[in-house]
Amino acid sequence: MDAFWIILTGALVALCCGLLGSFLLLRQMAMVGDAISHAVLPGIVIAFLLSGSRDSIPMLAGAAVLGVFATVLIEWLHRVGRMQSDASIGLSYTTLFAIGIILISLFTRQVDLDQDCVLYGEIAYVPLDLWILAGGQSLGPRAVWILGGAFVLILTFVLVGYKGLQLTTFDPAYAATLGISTFFWHYALMGTVSMATVVSFESVGAILVVAFLIVPPATAYLLTDRLPVMLGLSALFGLLSSILGYVMAAATNGSVAGAMSVAAGIWFVLALAFVQVKKSILRSQSVSR
Amino acid sequence: MNNLLQFLSLSDPNVRMVVLGATLLGAGAGLVGVFTLLRKRALLGDAVAHSILPGVCLAFMVGQSKNPFVLLLGALIAGWLSLLAMDYLVRRTKLKADGVIGLVLSVFFGLGIWLLTIIQQSGAASQSGLDKFLFGKAASITSQDVNMFTWVVLGLVLVLLLFYKGFKLIAFDQDFARSVGMPVRLLEFLLSTITVLSIAVGIQAVGVVLMASLLIAPAAAARYWTDRLSVMLLLAAGMGIIAAWSGAYVSFAAPSMPTGPWIVMALALLTGISMLWAPKRGILGRSLRQWRYARKIALENVLKILFQLEERSGMAGKGYSRVSILEHREIEPGPLNMVLRRLKRKAWATEINSLWRLTEEGLTEARQIVRRHRLWELYLHERLNLPADHVHPGAEAMEHLLTPELEEALQRDLGYPVTDPHQSPIP
Repeated sequence: MDAFWIILTGALVALCCGLLGSFLLLRQMAMVGDAISHAVLPGIVIAFLLSGSRDSIPMLAGAAVLGVFATVLIEWLHRVGRMQSDASIGLSYTTLFAIGIILISLFTRQVDLDQDCVLYGEIAYVPLDLWILAGGQSLGPRAVWILGGAFVLILTFVLVGYKGLQLTTFDPAYAATLGISTFFWHYALMGTVSMATVVSFESVGAILVVAFLIVPPATAYLLTDRLPVMLGLSALFGLLSSILGYVMAAATNGSVAGAMSVAAGIWFVLALAFVQVKKSILRSQSVSR
Repeated sequence: MNNLLQFLSLSDPNVRMVVLGATLLGAGAGLVGVFTLLRKRALLGDAVAHSILPGVCLAFMVGQSKNPFVLLLGALIAGWLSLLAMDYLVRRTKLKADGVIGLVLSVFFGLGIWLLTIIQQSGAASQSGLDKFLFGKAASITSQDVNMFTWVVLGLVLVLLLFYKGFKLIAFDQDFARSVGMPVRLLEFLLSTITVLSIAVGIQAVGVVLMASLLIAPAAAARYWTDRLSVMLLLAAGMGIIAAWSGAYVSFAAPSMPTGPWIVMALALLTGISMLWAPKRGILGRSLRQWRYARKIALENVLKILFQLEERSGMAGKGYSRVSILEHREIEPGPLNMVLRRLKRKAWATEINSLWRLTEEGLTEARQIVRRHRLWELYLHERLNLPADHVHPGAEAMEHLLTPELEEALQRDLGYPVTDPHQSPIP
C-alpha cells in the first residue's frame, strides 16, 4: 500500500509539473522554473515564521509570492539593470536561496525546517502523514490530497487558459493583436508554477520538482511538434518515471526523489535514441533512393 | 571594532584557514566566471556544479575513501561528462540551451542524491562529510584544503596567462578565432577544464547552489564597470575576494551564521551597487544621460521654433507669446516654461511684455540647429534619393546629434548648398 501512495504522489507531482513545464520549455524559460523552485525557500521560511505553523496554506501563499517575486526580479535585472538574461536568473535565485538559508540559521530554534528535506524531500514519509478525520477514519496520506487538489487546479488552468497560453507561447505578437495580454498569461503561468513547486516541495523536494518540470516535457518535445500531444506525452512520461523511479529506489533502498529524477532521465535517453535512430534510418533511405 | 581588528589580524588559525580558503575560491571563481559569462554560459556553471555530485559519490564508492584527490577526480569526470552531454544535446536535438541545462542538471543531481542515499544506507563509516558537497561547510576548511585551493588557483592563473589571447578571442568572437587558425577546440577544452576544476573545489566550501553565485555574480558586477577584458578579470577577482572576506567576517562575528550564504549576500550587494552606480552602464548614469539629452532636445526645439517664427514673419526683433510658440508646434506647456527660463538664463532669449525673442547669441545657436536639420534633409533627398516629403522625421532626430565635423563634411559633400528640398534657405 505504501508503494501505491508513493507512486501516486510522484505521479501527481509529475502531472502537475509536466503540464506547466511544457509551456515553460516552449517559452525557453526552463531555467526560470529551476529558479522559482529554489527561490520559494525564503517564502516558506517567512510564512512559517509569521504563521508559526507548518500549515500548508500560509506556506503556499508565502512561496507563491516569492516565486512570482523571483520572476519579477529576473525580468527587472534584465530589462532595467541591463544584465545578461542568464546571469539575472542565476543571480536572483542564488541570492533568494541564500536569504532562505540565512533565515533558517537565524531562527533555527523556531524553524523546524530541514535544509536536506527542502532540497530532496521525503517522499518516502508521505504514507506516514495521514489525513485522519475526527471520527478516526483515515482518508489516506495528506500529501496526496493536497497534490490532487493542485492537479485539479492546474488542469483547470491549462484547459480554461489553453488558448491564451498557446497563443502567447507561440506568437506573442499575434496574441497582442487579438487583445490577449502576454503580461497576464506570463504572470498567471509563473504564479501557477510557483504554486505547483510549493505543493510538490514538501513531499518530494526541489530536485524532483525541477526534474519533473523539465525532463518529461523535453522528452515529449523530442517526439512531437504538436502541443496537445506534447502535453499528453509529458504527463505519460511523468507517470512512467514515477513508477520506474520507485522500483529503482525500492531495489536499492535509496532516495525515491533522486531515483525518480534518474528514471525521467532514462526515458529521455530512450526517446533520444529512438529519435536519432529514426533520423539516421530516414537519412539512409533517402540516400539509397 | 575589536572584533573586526581581531578578525583582520587573522590570529585565530581557524579563521585564517576559512579566510584564506574563501579568498582563493572567490578569486578563482571570479576569474573563471568572467569567461562563462562573456560566452553566455553563466548557467552552465550551475549545471556543472550540480552534476559533480554523482561523480563524487561514485569516486567514494569505488575508492572507499574520502581522499580529496580521489573525490576531485570523480568530480572532474562527472563535470566533464555533463558538459559533453549538454554540448551534444544542444547541437544534435531541437532542444534549446535552457532546457538542456535544466535537464542535465536535474538528472545528474538526482543521480547524485540517489547514490548519496545508497552510500548512507550502506553504513560506510567514513561517509559523513560527503554531504558537505551539497551545502558546503566553509567553517571547516582545513589547511589541507587550503593547500589544494592554492594549487588549483595557481594553475588556473597560469593557464589564463599562457592562453590569454586565445581565451579572449573565443570569449568574444569564436568564428573569427577559428578563421585566424586558433585551436578553438583545445582552448575550449582548457577553459572548460579550469571551470570544472574550480567548481569542484569550490563546492566543498560553499555548496552546490551557492557556487553558482560565486561564478556568476562577480563577473556580472564587473561587467558594469568596464569593456576591457583584463580590467574585468581583475575586478571580478577583487569582488570575489571582498565578498569572501565579508562572508567570513559575518560568521566570525556571529558564529551561528553560515559563511557561504553571507558570501552570496555580499556578492549580491556588490552587484547591486555596480548596477546602480557604475558610470557608463549603471542605472543612475544611464538615466542621468537620458535626462540631460531630453533637456538638450527640449531646449533646441524651442530655439528652433523661435527661429522659424521669426523666419516666417520675415521681421527681425519681433517677440512671440507662449501661445504662438505652442501653436507652432505641439509641446507640453509645463516644460516650455522651464525651457524658456533656461533660455533666459543663458541669455539666448529675452522676454519683453511676455513676448519672447532670440538674442544675437540665441540666434546663432538656433541657426546652427536649423542648418543641421536642413542639411540632413538635403542629404537624405539627394544622396539617398528619399522623396522630399519623407526626409523630415529623420532630420528631426539628426539635428540634435550632428557634430561640427559632420556638419562640415555634409556641407562639403553637398557643395555648400543654399536651400533644402523644401526650398527653405539653409542659414
